[in-house]
Amino acid sequence: MQRVTLSSFLIGLLFGIGLLVAGMANPAKVLAFLDLAGAWDPSLALVMGGAIAVGLIAFRLAGQRKVSVLGEPMRLPTKRDIDRRLVFGSLGFGVGWGLAGFCPGPALVAFGALEAKAMVFVVAMLAGMAAFELMERRSASR
Amino acid sequence: MTIDWAAFTPWSALLGGALIGLAAAAMILLNGRITGISGITGGLLAPQRGDIGWRAAFVLGLVLAPTAWMLAGDLPPLQIDADYPLLIIAGLLVGVSTRYGAGCTSGHGVCGLSRLSPRSLVATLAFMGTGFATVFVMRHLLGG
Repeated sequence: MQRVTLSSFLIGLLFGIGLLVAGMANPAKVLAFLDLAGAWDPSLALVMGGAIAVGLIAFRLAGQRKVSVLGEPMRLPTKRDIDRRLVFGSLGFGVGWGLAGFCPGPALVAFGALEAKAMVFVVAMLAGMAAFELMERRSASR
Repeated sequence: MTIDWAAFTPWSALLGGALIGLAAAAMILLNGRITGISGITGGLLAPQRGDIGWRAAFVLGLVLAPTAWMLAGDLPPLQIDADYPLLIIAGLLVGVSTRYGAGCTSGHGVCGLSRLSPRSLVATLAFMGTGFATVFVMRHLLGG
């Protein structure tokens, strides 16, 4: 368990540094990518491209394994249905992303940079996530 | 469409993307987990026994990334133009929706597309679509 916790910490650090290098932790740059009708900055397409190029290899290797290198079960998503939740949730996420230029990872990194506005965004995001958990619990107990 | 060549940073984008991909690769190969930031963070708000440590450690790593960066140099600019009310609305919407839609740019966008998951392709097209549309409305219709 200790090794998994340590590796998760280092992976979070690496992910955050990747976001900083990529420019994705900067909402102004994200919004410049989302602004197709303005002065368009295509950089983020290359961020996704670079990440997926590495990811394609990694997930192909992962698919061949029964347990992880550290002996954990491989928890690959099994859900396949394209349902209302997936579509409406994703549509709603895009609206929030476009309003402020923050998605969850970059917001947490900017929070760590002690940007007051990022801290407010993260608190609101956590409140939203907590509200979701409450709604889920309520509908499960019904 | 006019491309802002002055703002375009292809090499740092590719390098940063590759580092993000490496992090996702390490997470699945070492820990057997998907690097979905909304899922990992959301799981902390409905804690289950034995499932808290790695989540908290990952989020802590993300939050400490700027501190680690500053050991080597100055942070790159983080320009947040949205005002506080807009940040609160956007934050609530991102929080609820990413949990409802089971993923964000990392889980669906990076990991899902890397797994060639049709579900994640639909999710990514959906949030990219409303992301583009929202910025269009805010900047070009409302002029904000």
